[in-house]
Amino acid sequence: MEYFIQQLINGLTLGGMYALIALGYTMVYGVIQLINFAHGEFFAAGGYIGAIVLAYFAGVGYMESHPIICLTASFMIAMAYCAYLAIGVEKIAYKPLRKQSRLSALLSALGMSIFLSNGMMLTQGVYDAIYPSELFQGRFDFGMISVSYLQVTIVTLTAALLVGLNILVFKTKIGMAMRATAQDKTMSALVAISSNRIISLTFAIGAGLAASAGIMYGLYYGSVKYDMGFVPGIKAFAAAVLGGIGNITGAMLGGLIIGMVEIFGAGYISGEYKDVFAFIILIAVLYFKPTGIMGENIDDTRV
Amino acid sequence: MIQEFKKVIKSYVIGMLWLLGLLWPMLGIHPDGTLTFQKTVTVWSYIVAGSFVCLLIYVMKNSGALDFVAKPLAGVSSNLKSASNTLPTWVWIVVILVAACLYPQFTNRYATDVAINVLLYICLGLGLNVVVGLAGMLDLGYIAFYGVGAYTYALLNTVYGVGFWFSLPACALTACIAGCIVGYPTLRMRGDYLAIVTLGFGEIIRLILNNWMSVTNGPNGILGIDRISWFRFVFEDGMTFEHMWVKKLQLFYYFALGLAVFTAIGVNRLNYSRVGRAWESIREDETAAELMGVNTFIYKLLAYAMGAVFAGLAGAFFAARMKFVSPESFTFLESAMVLCMVVLGGMGSIPGIILGVMALIALPEVFREFEAYRMLVFGATMIIMMLFRPAGLIPAKRMGTRSEEKEG
Repeated sequence: MEYFIQQLINGLTLGGMYALIALGYTMVYGVIQLINFAHGEFFAAGGYIGAIVLAYFAGVGYMESHPIICLTASFMIAMAYCAYLAIGVEKIAYKPLRKQSRLSALLSALGMSIFLSNGMMLTQGVYDAIYPSELFQGRFDFGMISVSYLQVTIVTLTAALLVGLNILVFKTKIGMAMRATAQDKTMSALVAISSNRIISLTFAIGAGLAASAGIMYGLYYGSVKYDMGFVPGIKAFAAAVLGGIGNITGAMLGGLIIGMVEIFGAGYISGEYKDVFAFIILIAVLYFKPTGIMGENIDDTRV
Repeated sequence: MIQEFKKVIKSYVIGMLWLLGLLWPMLGIHPDGTLTFQKTVTVWSYIVAGSFVCLLIYVMKNSGALDFVAKPLAGVSSNLKSASNTLPTWVWIVVILVAACLYPQFTNRYATDVAINVLLYICLGLGLNVVVGLAGMLDLGYIAFYGVGAYTYALLNTVYGVGFWFSLPACALTACIAGCIVGYPTLRMRGDYLAIVTLGFGEIIRLILNNWMSVTNGPNGILGIDRISWFRFVFEDGMTFEHMWVKKLQLFYYFALGLAVFTAIGVNRLNYSRVGRAWESIREDETAAELMGVNTFIYKLLAYAMGAVFAGLAGAFFAARMKFVSPESFTFLESAMVLCMVVLGGMGSIPGIILGVMALIALPEVFREFEAYRMLVFGATMIIMMLFRPAGLIPAKRMGTRSEEKEG
C-alpha cells in the first residue's frame, strides 16, 4: 500500500509535466489543426534556458543568497524565451503553409523539430546540462512514504499554471477570442478578431507552458539534453489525444493519466518497457475512441 | 516592385533581429557568471551574410534583374530537356546502369562504400515512396521494418546458420508480417494521426529490439553476422554446391545495385498497375475512392506491407554488410532522414528519389568538415522544400491536383 501511494505521488509529479506539454499540442491543434512536432523542442529549449540561467545566477553568486528569486526568474526567462521562439517558428514554418495540404505543414513541422534539436546540440554541446541539485534538499516523511520538497513544488506550480490557464481561456476576453478562432476562423475574423495574432498567442502560451515543464523536468531528473524533447513530446501528444484533442481540460486529465500509467507500468509490470505504455494507450485510444475521453465530435476526414 | 522589395527587406530585418534574440541566451550566458556578446554576434553575422545573399538572389530573380543570367540558363535547360526527350527513356536508363556498373572499377574502396550506402538508401527511399508518395500516408516509423529485416537475417544467420540468400525471403516475409501487424490497427486513421501512430509503433519495435535481451542481445547488438555467400558448382565427386563468401566490396556493390534496380522496377511496375491507380485514387480523395468501389483498407494495408518488404530486403543487405546490428541504427532520426530524401527528391518520383538520396548521402561525404551541421541542414532542407518547392526537385508526373490543396 505504501508503495502504491508512493507511486501515486510520483505519477502525479510526472503527469503534471506531461499535462503542461500536452496543453501546447492541444491548443495549437484546436486553433490550426496541426500537430506541432516542434513542441517537444520548446520543452527541451525551456529546460536548457533554465539550466543556463540558473548556472549564471550560481556563477554570479545570487543563488546562495536568494534561491527563490533566482528560480522564479529562471522560470520567467525560460517561458518568455520559448514563447518568443514559438512565435518565430510559427511565422517561418507554419504560417506560409496554412493554405497548403496537411502533409506539407506536417513535414515542415518535422523539419523544424530536427532543426531546433540540432541547433540546441550545436550551441550547447552533446552532453547533459546539469541542474543544481542543492535547491530542494529536504523531504516530508510519512512513515514509509516520502515526498520531496521538489515534488511538492512541482505539483503546486503545475496546479497553479493549470488554474491560471483555465482562467485565461474561459474567463477573459482573450480566452474568448481564442475559443472563437478555434471554432470558426472566418466568423471570428468578421467580429474583428485577428486570427494571426490569436494563433501567435496560442503558440506562445503553449510554448511557455512547455518551457515551465522543461525546467521542472530538469530539476526533477537533474539534467537536460538536446534530444530530450522527443519522447516526452510524443507522450504528451498521446495525453492530448487521450483527453480529446483540442480540449484543454481533457489534455490536463490525459497528461495525469499518462503519467500515472507510466509510473505504475514501470513499477508493477516492467521498467524497461515504460515508454511503450504511453504509445499503447495512444494507439488504443485512436483505435477505439478517436475523439478521446472528453472530446467532441471531430471532423471525420481526420480520423 | 519597390514596394514589394521594401516589404521583403522589412520582414527580413525583423526576422534577423528575432534570430539574434534567440541566439544570445544560448551562446552568450556563461555558467561562470559572465555575459559575452562577441561569439553570438560572430555566428549571427555569418548567418546574416549567408541568408542575405540568398535573399538578394531570390528578390532579383523575382523582379527580373537576373534575366541576363536566368534567360540563357532557362534556354540551356529547355534545350537539355528537349534533347533528353528525343532519346527514349530506356537509353537513359541504360546509360545510368552502365555508369553504375563501371563505377567501382574506377574508384577506391571508400567511394564504393559510400555508393553502397547510397544504393541501400535508394531502396529504403523507394520503399517509403510506396507508402508516402503513392498511397499518400505519412509513415514516420518506417525504419523499424528495416530493423526487422536486419534482425531477421542476423538471428537466422547467427542462431541457425542460414545463408544469406535463403534468409532474404524470410526477411521480406517478417517485414511484411510486421507491416501488417502495425498497419492493421493504424490504417483506419488518416493524415496526421496516422503519422504519430506509426511513429509510436516504430519506437515500440525499437524498444523491443533494445530490451528483449534473450533474443536480440539488447543494446549490445548482434555480432559476427556472415557476409553474403554465393554458391557455385563443385564437380569432384558428384555435383555439389559449395558456397563462397563475398569478401570483395565490389561484389557486394553489384548485389546492392541489383537490389536497387529490382526495387526501382518493382515500384515502377506497381505504380502503373491497377494497384497503383487504386493507391493514387486513395491519395487524391479517400472517400471518393471508397465510393468508386476501391477497397481502401486492403489497398492501404498492401501499400504499407509493400513498403515494409522493400525495407526488409534493404535491412538484410545492411546486416550482411555491417556484420553487426544494434538498435541504435534504427532510431527515429533515420526514419526522418529517409523521409527527408523522399521529400527533397519529390514524392512519387523515382528519379527524384534517387537524386534526393544522392544529395543527402553523397554530399555530406564531400563536405566532411561540416559533419556536425548535417542534421541541421536536413531539417532546414525539409522546411525550405515545403515552403518553396513542395513537389520536390524532380516532381512526379501526375494529372490534376490534390483535393486537399484545392479546398485550401
